[in-house]
Amino acid sequence: MSVPVSPPPRRNPVARTGMPALLSAQRSRATHGLTAAAAQGLFCLQVCSDCGTRQYPPREACSHCLSAKLPFRDVDRAGVVVVDTTIRIAGEIYFRERTPWRIGTVQLDCGPIVIAHLHGDVSQGSRIRMELLTDKAGAPAMFAMPAVNTPAMQDDRQYREFTCDPKFRRVLVTDGRTEIGQALVRALSDAGARKVFVGIANPWKPFAGKQSLARAENVECVQLDVTDTASVVECAAQIGARVDILVNTTEHIRLGGLMDQTGIGIAREALELRSLGLMRLAQSFGPIMRARGADGVDSACAFVNLLAAHALMNWPSYGASSAAEAAALSMSQCLRSELRHGGIRVVNMFVGPLETEWYQNAPPPKVSPATLARAVVQALCSGQEDCFVGEVARDLRARLAANPKALERELGAA
Amino acid sequence: MTDLLEFAAAIAAGTIRVVDLTQTLTPEFPVLALPPEFGQCAPFRMETVSRYDARGPAWYWNNISLNEHTGTHFDAPIHWISGRDLPANAVDTIPVQNFVAPAVVIDCAAQSAADADFLLTITDIQDWEATHGRIPARSWCLLRTDWSRRDAVDYANLRDDGAHTPGPAPEAVRFLVEQRDVLGFGTETIGTDAGQAHLFNPPFPAHFYMHGRGRYGLQCLTNLDQLPAVGAVIFAAPLKIRGGSGSPLRVIALVPGT
Ligand SMILES: [Zn+2]
Repeated sequence: MSVPVSPPPRRNPVARTGMPALLSAQRSRATHGLTAAAAQGLFCLQVCSDCGTRQYPPREACSHCLSAKLPFRDVDRAGVVVVDTTIRIAGEIYFRERTPWRIGTVQLDCGPIVIAHLHGDVSQGSRIRMELLTDKAGAPAMFAMPAVNTPAMQDDRQYREFTCDPKFRRVLVTDGRTEIGQALVRALSDAGARKVFVGIANPWKPFAGKQSLARAENVECVQLDVTDTASVVECAAQIGARVDILVNTTEHIRLGGLMDQTGIGIAREALELRSLGLMRLAQSFGPIMRARGADGVDSACAFVNLLAAHALMNWPSYGASSAAEAAALSMSQCLRSELRHGGIRVVNMFVGPLETEWYQNAPPPKVSPATLARAVVQALCSGQEDCFVGEVARDLRARLAANPKALERELGAA
Repeated sequence: MTDLLEFAAAIAAGTIRVVDLTQTLTPEFPVLALPPEFGQCAPFRMETVSRYDARGPAWYWNNISLNEHTGTHFDAPIHWISGRDLPANAVDTIPVQNFVAPAVVIDCAAQSAADADFLLTITDIQDWEATHGRIPARSWCLLRTDWSRRDAVDYANLRDDGAHTPGPAPEAVRFLVEQRDVLGFGTETIGTDAGQAHLFNPPFPAHFYMHGRGRYGLQCLTNLDQLPAVGAVIFAAPLKIRGGSGSPLRVIALVPGT
């Protein structure tokens, strides 16, 4: 059984913080089929369209029939550990710092034999459930979990290297004025976060839920307005070194396209808040987080963006907002490449219309703030980096993959 | 003929005091709160262009952005629908001599401390005149409430039913314009009108009557406690924005020394 993770000891304030060491992230194009699956928490392998062989590792041709038709498809995760090995002397710096490290050879029920990182509760002969995760450098990795859940499974030392579990970590929720922000505060506290900092812009403006935020244990309101550079700089100076997970909960959703709005005022506010706001957070908090990517149990680990799913394809009913979300999405992709050097994961949560006032007239199904908040925690705990929450977001993702032009027309007709 | 050099010498010698009635422009300073579906008043923002760095090795400067009505600011008649068709109603066309004028200060700090919804009435004005004399024509009438001394939360003083801040009663505004021919009305609060003035008839009377008669507004003033009831002269010149409805500005009062 896993040893439950302990709260981190108080740091020696004059001790050096080690630099995050990374594994090589160079992978073949074929292997990025695994990256794509891992990013979404799926378990996919190449499945030969001609002979049905399930293949690992990914290659350009089928090892059985040489076919080049090798789409990645969901396959059965079950398997058995054939051999387990403990690495005591490692070549790569990342593993040298983490030995002993357990890996094993796993026979998957669906065919291939894979080398996987082993959860502490599995050993030779164990039935396992394989997970496809991304390591701190963003490369896909196989991780063998117990087939049946075990106590404190989530706390396994090796598994925690692949996840961004909020347990004992300190979180910044950038906007606590909204229902979404407050739902995140609750969900992260419930997930064991040691501290939740909550950004409040314009503290002179009252907002619903202020009292319960102020009363909540381990929750601290901080002044933060992501549209104000000075405010973000000041906030990072105050608490930046204590932010292990940043969840950007700012939102700016308004009905209206381009021509049916008068002027650009509302769109500018959206861009200021959503895309330039993200950039301000990246500039002030990013470098501090990146330097703390290997800082113990509560190392910095994740920068989470809540994005409207229509960042992926413009929804003209919310046209200007969609554009601002798209700009934020693009920035998040840049940030992902920048933060990866510190082992910090950028997690993008794509969500369709929410049960919030700005989506009042959007047709159901809609996602409640609490559901979105739970999905964020789930994504962090399971190591995902792209998460599609709710039917609308998942449907949009599927239609985008199938035919982007059709999706553009369909959203434009609605 | 006034001797301007004598005037300058008096300022240099301090026999005429110069008082700054302006709030510092900061990103945190409250602005008018409107329902979020309306267009919003942009707060003050500052982005550094360069600061002796790669962006400009030997110089420091900033790009700033703000609304015409952010911080200590001037309201031109065109700001309100009642003043939209008047001649010379925008900040670039107002005659410049109107930017230098005497000011009277009606001290309602005690009443405002006791009641955040305090309204200045005609009776209050007449009581003030009984002590200080009739308000001279073409003067600014400034309402001292000491509101500028409050922290941001108490300054905006927002509750579920809106802002609770002092201001003038509708009939008092009409009296000042029609009976006393004031140049404009100035306050320490975010607007020239009271926080609950949306409920008045007409709504926002200081805006409606003042601007409807070509008069001006000054808001977010500070240091009114350093002015005499009568005898100060203020310089309040807005930026020359083409067609502008108002402007942030530096408001300076000249006060005779004692
Ligand atoms: Zn094949």
